[in-house]
Amino acid sequence: MAFEILEKTQYSEKVFKFRVHAPQMAKKAQAGQFLIVRMDETGERVPFTFADWNPEEGWVEFIFMVIGATTEQLSQLQAGEEILDITGPLGKPTEMVPGNWCVIGGGVGLAIAYPVARALLAAGNKVTVIMGARTKDLLILTEQFRELPLENLIITTDDGSEGEKGVVTAPLERLCQDKAIDQVFAVGPVPMMKFSALTCEKYDMPITASLNPIMVDGTGMCGCCRVTVDGQTKFACVDGPDFDATKVDWADLSARQGSYRAEEKVAMEHVEHEGGCKCHS
Amino acid sequence: MPLVNGKYKANNKDPRVPANEVPAEVRAHNFEPVDTGYTYEDAIEEANRCLDCKRPRCVAGCPVGIDIPTFIRQIREEDEEAALATIRDSNMLPSVCGRVCPQENQCEGSCILNKTGDDPIAIGQLERYLGDQSESLAKTPVCKPANGKKVAVVGSGPSGIACAGALAREGFDVTVYEAFQTGGGVLTYGIPEFRLPKAIVKREIDGLKDLGVKFEYDAVVGRLYDADEFFNEYDYDAMYLAVGAGLPKFLNIPGENLPGVFCANEYLTRVNLMKAMLFPEYMTPIKHGKNVVVFGGGNVAMDAARTALRLGAETVTLAYRRTEKEMPARVAELHHAKEEGVRVLELVSPIAFEAGEDGFVAKVKLERMELGEPDESGRRRPVVIPDSEFELPCDVAVTAIGTNANPFAEMAADVKLNKWGYIEADENGRTSDPRVWAGGDIVTGAATVILAMGAGKKAAADMAEKLLAE
Repeated sequence: MAFEILEKTQYSEKVFKFRVHAPQMAKKAQAGQFLIVRMDETGERVPFTFADWNPEEGWVEFIFMVIGATTEQLSQLQAGEEILDITGPLGKPTEMVPGNWCVIGGGVGLAIAYPVARALLAAGNKVTVIMGARTKDLLILTEQFRELPLENLIITTDDGSEGEKGVVTAPLERLCQDKAIDQVFAVGPVPMMKFSALTCEKYDMPITASLNPIMVDGTGMCGCCRVTVDGQTKFACVDGPDFDATKVDWADLSARQGSYRAEEKVAMEHVEHEGGCKCHS
Repeated sequence: MPLVNGKYKANNKDPRVPANEVPAEVRAHNFEPVDTGYTYEDAIEEANRCLDCKRPRCVAGCPVGIDIPTFIRQIREEDEEAALATIRDSNMLPSVCGRVCPQENQCEGSCILNKTGDDPIAIGQLERYLGDQSESLAKTPVCKPANGKKVAVVGSGPSGIACAGALAREGFDVTVYEAFQTGGGVLTYGIPEFRLPKAIVKREIDGLKDLGVKFEYDAVVGRLYDADEFFNEYDYDAMYLAVGAGLPKFLNIPGENLPGVFCANEYLTRVNLMKAMLFPEYMTPIKHGKNVVVFGGGNVAMDAARTALRLGAETVTLAYRRTEKEMPARVAELHHAKEEGVRVLELVSPIAFEAGEDGFVAKVKLERMELGEPDESGRRRPVVIPDSEFELPCDVAVTAIGTNANPFAEMAADVKLNKWGYIEADENGRTSDPRVWAGGDIVTGAATVILAMGAGKKAAADMAEKLLAE
């Protein structure tokens, strides 16, 4: 099966959104779920969370940041071209406990935070969003977040180039102290999720994190995406990707995410050579 | 054909025609087939050893009851087309089963020649030989006219394939839904190329397409589709659930989640399905360990160990808590693995993995075991020897200790499960939902290709009987 790219949006130098034709998937997708892309015959299987979907028009969207060889190749595809394989929806949808929510998104995790915030609002909840990034240029979907009927939109950047200077835990701590929220959802880099969890724990605040380990099949068969939660081995693909963030073994997740760092460099060089130079021909 | 007074007289005292195996030192470094299969002459010579028993034990030993003496006689009579048709009456996948069935526990283990001190007939080799001729022999059998009934088969592994093929022959409109990008299930992601070339799996799937079976890939039933949708919107009359065994089991010891520690399913899927041995031309990476330790004693453990060798490991150790005698693997696989240089370490059990400075697994701690009283499985239970700890260097570890039930069984349809999460189904594959049949590993727990196929075939026959009577 092949899936046509209907629309390609570029948010920043390295952040893109694809809208692809996938009518059956669009009927079933729910916030917090993900899909797995295999770009072409030689491609690897890579998971991306749904950013948006439309059952009437028969499309789904996902946002990705160029962080390695596969995302680099993917970013070179244009509207009208096809992605060879897309599997989904996978994983459990985010549980929408009624309440006063704070949704935290860091870096490319903002692409996941956005549909979750929107779904929480649609379910009648109050939602505050904290956006975090290293610097202004890495903030994505800011306009889209601004258009949502949020209680509050707080932006933090490590270098102070936009919003508050610092990290997401400072505003999170204030919200906890003010009892302005009673549920937290966090998605982003491991340190961000880990420290958000530690902050919430201090205030007995429930916090769910959406985890992003390396995956292969995405259906619970291979065990690649296993994470330790509350001392138990869980599979992010079928038991998650959402887990109680205070119970996640972050060191474990971080180590496993780095399993192929060396290979990733080799793949990147390979892709760059394919793209321009002729040294392998 | 050896004749005495015009009557066939078996050459059963002749030694069994040996397999044509590539030398171990060559094959251990590539993914090419280990055994190139019988030639025509080999097949005739081996067929001439068969006693053609009146009451053949081999047939009783075959889980799907292939008429073995008849197909062997047809080989002898140089009618390969008829011989293949005989097998296909009971088994749609002779090229696959000839390669992966544990013949020593089934047909060959039951062969009467074992009792007379002779080598049993190489039934697996003969079956494989015929299967491999199928391109030059008769095309796929003709289907009955369309009967107007639609069936959704979930999973394209051996059970799904067998069911789909049998239903198509009966005139059903069949679509197979597969979660992966290509078909074959465990035949594709699990069993390595050197043991079962993927071209053969593809040929079997193409054969089903010739019968009119449709395949939808990237389709995770239970997420992308569900049973209600199948019955109400897509007008299916029945469903066959063959989603396979799922979640790998773990050792549950410290360090098991370190990078470099794999479940066999992941290790094999990266190589077999995603072609990680061709990285970076293929984008999926795999760890190339120097000192690889594989835990387990089944076929999956053998496949992982032999794959590690082919990925360039300097040492590959197969660590097993019982002895070689108790290993559930096919005899041929263990034999091949050892020939290729896999070291078998019996009576040991891992207690922890430890990381090196780079954070990747660097060694494994084990303890020695001895065999005690037999357990429920009838095998002698391994018992720890106190103070017997030792270490092995290990930069890639692969665990192959079995699987638990697939969670998609429950998501795909509302059928009754047993306490372990497997689907409850009767001998014909009927489940608690009268529109849903099930078979293969999702009913029995991890078993063999041939049993899964047998279940698919039985369910197809039962579906035909029930649906066509409606």
